[in-house]
Amino acid sequence: MNLTLPLDDPSSLHAGDSVTLNGTVYTARDAAHARFLEAIDAGEDLPFDVAGATIYFVGPTPARPGHVIGSAGPTTASRCDAYSPALVERGLAAMIGKGRRNAEVKSSMLEHGCVYFGAIEGTAALLSQCITAAEIVAYEDLGAEAVRKLTIENFPALVVNDLHGADLYDDGPARYRRSG
Amino acid sequence: MSELRAVDVAEVEAVVRKLCVEANHELREDHVAALQRGRDAEESPIGREVFDRLLENARVSAAERIAFCQDTGYAVVFLTIGQDVHFVGGSLAEAIDRGVAEGYSDGYLRASLVRSPVDRVNTGDNTPAMVHYDLVPGSGIELTLLVKGAGCDNMSALRMLTPAAGVEGMKRFVVETIEKAGPSASPPVTVGIGMGGTFDRAAVLAKRALTRNPTGSPSPDPLLAELEAELVDAINATGIGPAGFGGTVTTVAVHVEAYPTHIAAFPVAINLDCHSHRVRSVTL
Repeated sequence: MNLTLPLDDPSSLHAGDSVTLNGTVYTARDAAHARFLEAIDAGEDLPFDVAGATIYFVGPTPARPGHVIGSAGPTTASRCDAYSPALVERGLAAMIGKGRRNAEVKSSMLEHGCVYFGAIEGTAALLSQCITAAEIVAYEDLGAEAVRKLTIENFPALVVNDLHGADLYDDGPARYRRSG
Repeated sequence: MSELRAVDVAEVEAVVRKLCVEANHELREDHVAALQRGRDAEESPIGREVFDRLLENARVSAAERIAFCQDTGYAVVFLTIGQDVHFVGGSLAEAIDRGVAEGYSDGYLRASLVRSPVDRVNTGDNTPAMVHYDLVPGSGIELTLLVKGAGCDNMSALRMLTPAAGVEGMKRFVVETIEKAGPSASPPVTVGIGMGGTFDRAAVLAKRALTRNPTGSPSPDPLLAELEAELVDAINATGIGPAGFGGTVTTVAVHVEAYPTHIAAFPVAINLDCHSHRVRSVTL
């Protein structure tokens, strides 16, 4: 399924759907998220309009000359669990990362309509080829953890948490578990 | 009396520089073979697709000379030094760090270390290296570089079991650790297990176990080899599968190392490594 961000009809997606994503995403990891929350607490604007936006949890390697970006696979999303609900409440529409989200994040995503996509870490070289533009938009001092605006094309991912409460990280393993 | 062998630390620096780039750009052939075996055994269609993408990613990274994972890790160095070696030309530790800094710059690799867990300021060049020195008889030098990503290191665990808990307790601890890690350790994982010694030794043994070459080769100790095979089966029974999307292959290798321990103790350390398994060794 080829999808354009922001998603037209997120409720049509189901956990386990294999998709390719196109459009704009913003990169942010632990350190950038901590600053987002500081900004929210201080009543300041975030570096981008979070309503309808997609965050990709990634800290890329430096780009070789002539390349848009270096290797850019997903990092563990759960390290941002403490921060994500505040962004989801403000309209964040989707997140791309790897690994489970906690109950608080999942319930906030269900309540506010945010989808979580899983990408495959360890395919960072392939995923870098799906990124056609990259620019730093905030926190340049954080280096790899700076916030970047990326344009992605045919970026492969799976729906992990849909808007119906399903979780691929529960349902997938349950199908293949052998009881000892 | 054996004669001293003089080794210029610049030689070590050059080797570390080269290995940092190679380890991050080229997945070792035996690990590619281990992933291919995993692909052949995997029953889940999504799982097989994950393996296919991992294998394709390894081809692209080697051809494009870019890192196959964006987390280009902590440079962990195991340096086994013959006691008749005399290093000349400056500090060995500083030479290793220079090699890491140069390699990470040469290879367009990410600087992923902060100078302190408290203030978290990036050191800018991925130094310092994490070096484990072993002194042995003779005049040889063996250097092994393990590039360690944090996602899977974070999911590792150490527990001081009782002798009564025994091997069965150890197996339960391993499966529990894998279940808790789930997709976050980026399966299919390589599992390094260190048993015995003291608290500290178990952790270093577990890390060293990850460096066994080829990936998935059995321990020379038949008891440990049997345990490794049982653990592979128990871990794969979790159903976590490639990337945690569900499947029959969660690990491609379990390597167990053991060491003498105290009559009151059964330390067990479990160090996980993601599918981006980066190890290189040389003899100097």
